[in-house]
Amino acid sequence: MAPLLTLIVVLPLAGFLLNGLFATRFGGNRVGNGFVTAVACGAPIAAFLATIACLLRLQAGGYAPLTETAYTWALIGGKSFEIAFYFDRLTAVMTLIVTGVGSLIHVYSTGYMKGDKSYARYFAYLNLFLFFMLMLVLGRSLLVLFVGWEGVGLASYLLIGFWFEDPAKAAAGKKAFIVNRIGDAGFLLGMFLLYQTLGTLDMDRINAAFNAATLPAVSASLVGILLFIGATGKSAQIPLYVWLPDAMAGPTPVSALIHAATMVTAGVYLVARMSGIYSHAPEASAVIAVVGVATAFFAATIALVQTDIKKVLAYSTVSQLGLMFVALGVGAYGVAVFHVYTHAFFKACLFLGAGSVIHALSGEQDILKMGGLAKKIPITFATFALATAAIAGIPPLAGFFSKDEILWFAFASSHGGSTLLWLVASITSLMTSFYMFRLLWLTFFGASRMSHEVEHHVHESPLSMTGVLAVLAVLSAIGGFFALPHFLEPMLPLPEVVPALHHYETTLIVIAVALGFAGLAAAAFLYGNGARRADALRQRFPFAHALLTGKYFVDEVYDLLINRPLLWVSDRVLLRFSDRVLLDGTLNGLAAWAQRTAGTLSRVQTGNLQLYAFLALAGIVVALVWTWAHV
Amino acid sequence: MDKLQVLLALSVALFAVGLLGVIIRRNMLVMLMCMELMLNGVNLSLVTFAHQMGSIEGAVLVFLIFVVATAEIAVAIPVVLLLVRQKHTLDLAAFTSLKG
Repeated sequence: MAPLLTLIVVLPLAGFLLNGLFATRFGGNRVGNGFVTAVACGAPIAAFLATIACLLRLQAGGYAPLTETAYTWALIGGKSFEIAFYFDRLTAVMTLIVTGVGSLIHVYSTGYMKGDKSYARYFAYLNLFLFFMLMLVLGRSLLVLFVGWEGVGLASYLLIGFWFEDPAKAAAGKKAFIVNRIGDAGFLLGMFLLYQTLGTLDMDRINAAFNAATLPAVSASLVGILLFIGATGKSAQIPLYVWLPDAMAGPTPVSALIHAATMVTAGVYLVARMSGIYSHAPEASAVIAVVGVATAFFAATIALVQTDIKKVLAYSTVSQLGLMFVALGVGAYGVAVFHVYTHAFFKACLFLGAGSVIHALSGEQDILKMGGLAKKIPITFATFALATAAIAGIPPLAGFFSKDEILWFAFASSHGGSTLLWLVASITSLMTSFYMFRLLWLTFFGASRMSHEVEHHVHESPLSMTGVLAVLAVLSAIGGFFALPHFLEPMLPLPEVVPALHHYETTLIVIAVALGFAGLAAAAFLYGNGARRADALRQRFPFAHALLTGKYFVDEVYDLLINRPLLWVSDRVLLRFSDRVLLDGTLNGLAAWAQRTAGTLSRVQTGNLQLYAFLALAGIVVALVWTWAHV
Repeated sequence: MDKLQVLLALSVALFAVGLLGVIIRRNMLVMLMCMELMLNGVNLSLVTFAHQMGSIEGAVLVFLIFVVATAEIAVAIPVVLLLVRQKHTLDLAAFTSLKG
């Protein structure tokens, strides 16, 4: 059998190497943009086809997981660390999302990045990202997953700071990288603990160990929480979500691919993959549910008032990731993956639509300076509107199905579901619907608020962009009909529903749909009439508006509580005291003392050769006399 | 005093004169000559003792020392010449750059 799994991973790596070594300035610009486009788009599409081949093979084998060892990394005392790949139902779904949406976004990028002077570098990084992301989802052991996990962080850093001439963008890249390191510390500790107890990092073996009759001698909740700390970094949950909104500094297709569809869902994938641990860790699951719902709620409130088109979508992503973690927290792992899947379609579509709008408006991102675009860029508008309806949970679009299932399990799961959880999640989805339709209204409807010059240049994007938008819009519309949780059920069983709550199911669906339309109605009411009602509302609650516009001043609080004390300690204690006073002082003091002593002693050296000879003679004579007297 | 004692006394005298010269005289060339005196004083005692022991090796060794001493003085004289070139004097008091 051909090593298909390895092939999936290696294809984007080959794309990265080819473009990086031959087409970038580093490689001497030896080939043109035609080559770059062919290689960069060819690699992910080929990987997508290989994934489909793997899926067929998986199906033919009755869904027994495929494994493949690509390379033995190290053999230490009988233990081997292998780069091995593992392909089961969950991997299949994730790999299809990554390569599928990834391919689409590569194609879109050829239009969006056309004319950028670092065209080849961009695609090299994008392929590098895909390589690490595929390592992450295909890796059999936590070690390989971690390599991918760090690698996507690197690629994310490189792409956020892609236009590094702008210091703010470079700083956003650094922020993303550093915040993620904090989460990774927890991840590493969790891995150490698992390896110490179980002696293996293979995830299927870890799950099997936790599902065995006798539980391993390690607290599942402790391991679960440590791994979840890693997930809060990568998947932008409280308290480490602060990097994601800033990450919008990168090119828009990057935001769509990395910061909406794939990389940020790595944390969800990790928890779902480690469901064996979490199903035995009610405390860790409760923490996940609470953090998830809190993140979903707070991010949604911030999104209500943002005026940067990408920032709204960024906070929306944080909020949707929060909902996924709610699903994980109540044991509905398959449902969380379902939401990852639908979210990948509609959020990628929204981001790419936003990219198309920004492209049309020559770089304008402020929705207060848009308006009335519906007629001017109709394809972008149609796809954006469809994706907005999908994320708002309007049936029968994709978002409705996955969000409704999350709300249902948040309410009725016997594994930590509660009315309060459902209530907060429902309010969040109401806000989601509201801010998304607000975005739609301010961008596409009403009178134009563009400057004359910008308005003059408005144009629909090329086919490479609109075509991708159309494909993603169709997927956002029909994606929900594929019952993913049932496909995953043999390996990620859904939690049992509290029997007494069964008859509420229809009521909850009605409420969810009503909330979706309520958000639409509220947005239409407030922003339909030239946004006058919204202005009035803002003037009535200036404090709340300032708080939300300032994003609860979390960045400022972090700066005050963490950055400044750290800087103070580094400067005063470490640099000025420890380094300069203690270390340099000791060394300089020793040196000065030696110099002074040497100065005194050097007077003995007269430079008179004959005196030296005489003293040597005297010494010999004394020695001889002493020897003669004593021996 | 028999012959050997005379020779040994002579060797001590040569050594002492040489040492005194090295310590007292300031002319570098004279100091070099005094060093040769000391060396030959020691050589004399070596050959005397060899004679007393009736061994031929001591006498051979003395010839070896002559050769080495010649080589040594062939190096030392140019050194002195170079020093003289620098300061235009043979007086040792002029050379005190090692003073601390």
